[in-house]
Amino acid sequence: MFLTISTSGGPDAPATDLGYLLHKHPDRAQRFSTSYGDAHVFYPEAGADRCTAALLLEVDPGALVRRGRGKGRGGAPDATLAEYVNDRPYAASSLLAVALKAVFASAMKGRCDARPELVDAPLPLTLALPAVPARGGAELLARLFAPLGWEVAAEPVALDERFPEWGESRYLAVRLTGRMRLAEALQHLYVLLPVLDGAKHYWAAPDEVDKLLRSGEGWLPAHPERDLIVRRYFQRRTSLVREADERLEMARLAEADDLELEELDNAVAAEEAEEAAEGEAAGTSGEDASDAGVPEAAPAERHVPLAEQRRTALLDALRASGARRVLDLGCGPGRLMQDLVKERQLEEIVGVDVSVRALAIARRKLRLDRAGSISERQAGRIKLLQGALTYTDARLDGYDAAVLQEVIEHLDEPRLPALEHTVFGAARPGTVLVTTPNSEYNVRWETLPAGHARHSDHRFEWDRATFRGWAEKVASRYGYTAEWRPIGPDDPEVGPPTQLAVFTRKPDADPNPKPAADPNAKPDAPEEHVR
Amino acid sequence: MTRLAVPDLCLVVLVGATGSGKSSFARRHFLPTQTVSSDTCRGVVSDDEGSQEATKDAFDLVHYIVGKRLAAGRLTVVDATNVKPEDRRHLVEVAREHDVLPVAIVLDVPPEVCAERNSTRPDRAHMPAHVVPRHVRELRRGLRSLAREGFRTVHHLRGAAEIEAAEIALEPRYNDLRHLTGPFDIIGDIHGCRSELESLLGELGYAVERDESGRPVNARHPEGRTAVFVGDLVDRGPDSPGVLRLVMGMVEAGNALCIPGNHENKLGRALSGRTVQTTHGLAETLAQLEALPEGEREEFTARVRTFIRGLISHYLLDGGKLVVAHAGLIEKYHGRTSGRVRSFALYGDTTGETDSYGLPVRYPWAEEYRGRASVVYGHTPTPGAKWLNNTLCLDTGCVFGGRLTALRWPERQIVDVPAERVWYEPVRPLVPEGPGGREGRPLDLRDVSGRRIIDTRHAGRISVREENAAAALEVMSRFAVDPRLLAYLPPTMAPSATSAREGYLEHPVEAFAGYRADGVRHVVCEEKHMGSRAVVLVAKDEEAAERRFGLASPGTVVTRTGRPFFDPSDGREAAVLAAVRDAITAAGLWKSLETDWLLLDCELMPWSLKAGELLRRQYAAVGAAAGASFPPALAALRSAAERGVDVGALTSRQEARDGAASLFRDAYRRYCWTVDGMDGVRLAPFQLLAAEGRSLAAVPHAEQLAWIDALVAADGTGLLRETGRLFVDTEDEASVAAGGRWWTELTEAGGEGMVVKPAEALATKDHRLVQPGVKVRGREYLRIIYGPEYTEPERLEKLRGRGLGHKRSLALREYALGLEALDRLAAGEPLWRVHEAVFAVLALESEPVDPRL
Repeated sequence: MFLTISTSGGPDAPATDLGYLLHKHPDRAQRFSTSYGDAHVFYPEAGADRCTAALLLEVDPGALVRRGRGKGRGGAPDATLAEYVNDRPYAASSLLAVALKAVFASAMKGRCDARPELVDAPLPLTLALPAVPARGGAELLARLFAPLGWEVAAEPVALDERFPEWGESRYLAVRLTGRMRLAEALQHLYVLLPVLDGAKHYWAAPDEVDKLLRSGEGWLPAHPERDLIVRRYFQRRTSLVREADERLEMARLAEADDLELEELDNAVAAEEAEEAAEGEAAGTSGEDASDAGVPEAAPAERHVPLAEQRRTALLDALRASGARRVLDLGCGPGRLMQDLVKERQLEEIVGVDVSVRALAIARRKLRLDRAGSISERQAGRIKLLQGALTYTDARLDGYDAAVLQEVIEHLDEPRLPALEHTVFGAARPGTVLVTTPNSEYNVRWETLPAGHARHSDHRFEWDRATFRGWAEKVASRYGYTAEWRPIGPDDPEVGPPTQLAVFTRKPDADPNPKPAADPNAKPDAPEEHVR
Repeated sequence: MTRLAVPDLCLVVLVGATGSGKSSFARRHFLPTQTVSSDTCRGVVSDDEGSQEATKDAFDLVHYIVGKRLAAGRLTVVDATNVKPEDRRHLVEVAREHDVLPVAIVLDVPPEVCAERNSTRPDRAHMPAHVVPRHVRELRRGLRSLAREGFRTVHHLRGAAEIEAAEIALEPRYNDLRHLTGPFDIIGDIHGCRSELESLLGELGYAVERDESGRPVNARHPEGRTAVFVGDLVDRGPDSPGVLRLVMGMVEAGNALCIPGNHENKLGRALSGRTVQTTHGLAETLAQLEALPEGEREEFTARVRTFIRGLISHYLLDGGKLVVAHAGLIEKYHGRTSGRVRSFALYGDTTGETDSYGLPVRYPWAEEYRGRASVVYGHTPTPGAKWLNNTLCLDTGCVFGGRLTALRWPERQIVDVPAERVWYEPVRPLVPEGPGGREGRPLDLRDVSGRRIIDTRHAGRISVREENAAAALEVMSRFAVDPRLLAYLPPTMAPSATSAREGYLEHPVEAFAGYRADGVRHVVCEEKHMGSRAVVLVAKDEEAAERRFGLASPGTVVTRTGRPFFDPSDGREAAVLAAVRDAITAAGLWKSLETDWLLLDCELMPWSLKAGELLRRQYAAVGAAAGASFPPALAALRSAAERGVDVGALTSRQEARDGAASLFRDAYRRYCWTVDGMDGVRLAPFQLLAAEGRSLAAVPHAEQLAWIDALVAADGTGLLRETGRLFVDTEDEASVAAGGRWWTELTEAGGEGMVVKPAEALATKDHRLVQPGVKVRGREYLRIIYGPEYTEPERLEKLRGRGLGHKRSLALREYALGLEALDRLAAGEPLWRVHEAVFAVLALESEPVDPRL
């Protein structure tokens, strides 16, 4: 992990003044201990016209593995492989920011006891970082540094020259040039390197946000990307730590299968988890990405996101059914549940999802995670269960209605009969509401490339005829009637973006076994005697 | 002495005033644990056994304990006064709820005796004088209504002497024939098909005996087997009296057991003069009886009436391993005695729906059955007898032109004969369909979720924690293939003990020594292909998969978490399966293994094929960051050195780290290559896991590798890759040294390493499983795992402290579960039992263990 700070000078202001400002003598190599390993400062060049200070951090990989999180049963820390083998020793990540603070604390604060007059003088500075992990790429790098007066040059680093088809890595070779007070320049790096760093496997100390606010005092409030900077800091503090707690089992399974965690634990989009963690969940969260951009039915009307239209349609259908006890099957992070809770006629609302993470977010959203934050009576109406619709589940028996909002398309098509049996054959609610995208409508999404599904986890998307055919087959097999409704603008050519099927159990198809008209009329069976 | 008959499973309710001696009676005749005392419960909830205020809570507790005991099938005695009808009513309800008989034992003692006894007990000395007389009054008043209240048996003991002389005689229930071990021939619904019955009995080896008119009246098996008729002997068919004559003769001679079907029940009521509808073939039976010769008719009919009245609705046989009931029986009714048990056994249950033929939809109890006892039944005509969750329906619709079917027990062999003709037109075709039917029928969540304990043949009970099951559920339900095709998941594997050899963390010497210490002399070293684990199920044709797994499919290729290896749309799975299938055919393995499907454990290459995302985001990224940052850092250090700054030590460290990073890049690159379609894809099978009726997991590796070599040789596509191997004698120094050299050559040429396995495959020491294999990974390969610089002496020293215990235990537990899944599959156990073990392997994979091991 490496950084150089260069400046140029003249006869009246030699470049070697940098040494005073940094409190490090240009002719010596110095070593400092930091929490992540030894930091070294040395000067590859130190002349009157040009002086360069280098900071080299020798990261101790052992120090990167999370501590104090309970030991695994093998005696090793309970960590994933990615915590052992990662880019931290090489890339200019948030660890470098921590080292900067440790090594150049006075310089960053703008203190220079020997030559106080130097502190306020802007210097011609060049900062060079050969490998900056940049979530958001060169574009974000420029958005972060350019407004502060830096000239930004960034070169993407290739992943592996042996495999050009792999493309570029997330690292940039960065060169920042500008006239700047040294203290400011260091503060910029200290605050913005962690903002760029998208790594999941390093946990920031909880007090980092406070340090951020202090370090950015002079320039952060006016920064055009202030919100993004602050938000990313908050994410690091809250969601990563919390998520890590919730996802260790899944992380191990992903690791066992040589997968990235996100390839398995993708039931809830990452951004959404973060939003929920921040407690500022927006109205469109939990929805497939493209929903937000639905074309409006009539330009004059208020833009109502498709997701909201879908929830409205579902609530209307639920009210019409007269249901009092409902299941939200595949409730995800609980967005629909939040609306259901407000429906006063509902006596019991049960959310079921297979994703432990989605349920944890739902629990937070519904305020079930802290005792006392909602009344006992309210809490008594709401239940969250982990369940999978490919397994029958006795806990789902006997409800008035079940909603499967944008659920079936997340199941491999060959597994659908299992879901059908679980919902329509075993649980048998009086009303079943099923929504799914109408694939014909996809041509109307401007942002959706032709032939693509709306969400990466959609295993299939059906056109209207296929959905109707499926619904008819299911209804006739399990003793339901089915009707169809459009959700969103019903395009004359391709239909609505979302399709809803309302299944109603036929009255004679009573799920509660009663003595029925057996062909061999059943008499009273006498008890059997014993000897 | 008075013998009091008490069924061995029932609820005994003692009835008597305070002081009548109930507690000492209970102590004398029953175990302390069998007795639930209201006074004790008063004490439990209030710290005062005499507290009247605690009465309600105390009785709630009594009822709760009684309920738990009865649910578990334990004889239970309630020691409370129980003199009021309402007190007894609750107990009768609890008994009914658990389908056991309530028995009352009344201790009828004169009030003076009670009062006298109470006065000697300090806790009762101050009891008001009116209490005992009131109890006795209430008791006497209620005596006559006890039978009406539901007490099947009432023992009324009058006076202290009679109580003193009483003896309890536990009697088995009628349905409990566990002491009979057969062997049995269980015969399905006959419905008057006397001729087919004779043929079937002949087929089963019985010799039929006839009366003077040539009518069969008895049949016996030369080896003393017992026939068991599952009911519905009569109605619809051509000769119901003939069937009855034969079956009654066999039962009376002790050659057969018989349980009633709904048709016998109705015939019995008709013969007793009750009004019944003569539908569904009863008219035919009555007409056939009517047609009997004058002189014989009445006597025969009376005999039938008596026979039917004496039939017991279901039997537990063969130590409880076998249950027969006409319409089947849910587990909690096994061996129980109540009206609803009898009703279920005779008629089954219905969902309340009717199908398009106007017939009731039967409740699919067998689909939900999870009991250990096999339930064999009839009642529902099906096209063929097929085990489902350890239940088997033997009604194959003989009278409708199907077959008459029998099950040989314990052989579990099906024997059947075809109907001679269609005797009766069925109302609906012989394909019954409960809700959901059989296709795609899901398993139940309770089979997998929550904390679970799985009994395994090889390692006893293995527990799965709730959070691990939760993670497995997520992966299994969202990503895995249909559980019917997922009969196995591979266990994790522990590395060899840590090596002390300079520069090495793992070395074969420790692996050989470890096995030698475990008493395993011969091991095989198998080359480890750095690819991705793949479990391949391949069927000879789709029909074979349909027959065995209930799903028409060419097979599957899944990863170690049960996910499809390939995108189903890209055709590569089909290509892999076709190549493996053709190789099996060409190698003649279908024939030699007598199977039409095979399950193989394999490694699929290259690693980059599946792990591409991980490689790019983690391994290549580390390499890229290192590659970008060392050159400028080293250049700066050289400049500083030229200026005379002392950076010598720092520079050499950085140079070493740069070198390590480039070795790291070389290490992962070896396992990546570009694949185009099937071009570049390689599959290295290394073990055949299972074939029809057989787990192959215990077949010695020499034999396994011979099969594998035959497959590779027979492969015409170039897909299959052989696995290099070397057999080592762990007690022979030269052999051990050769093993070490082989590993060194392998890994220095870029190989990942090797796996050392006991040559006999399944090895045990002191009846415990020995590791089925340990991996010995190459020095360079380990850079991917322990980081580019792990070979630095200081690092290596630290790493040597790694703890292997948990990993080894996890590997053994997963191995035992994998073996269990294969054994269950081989034994033809129900899908949920196989899935339970497979699911547990996945759940254990999410246990915390050092991921670098």
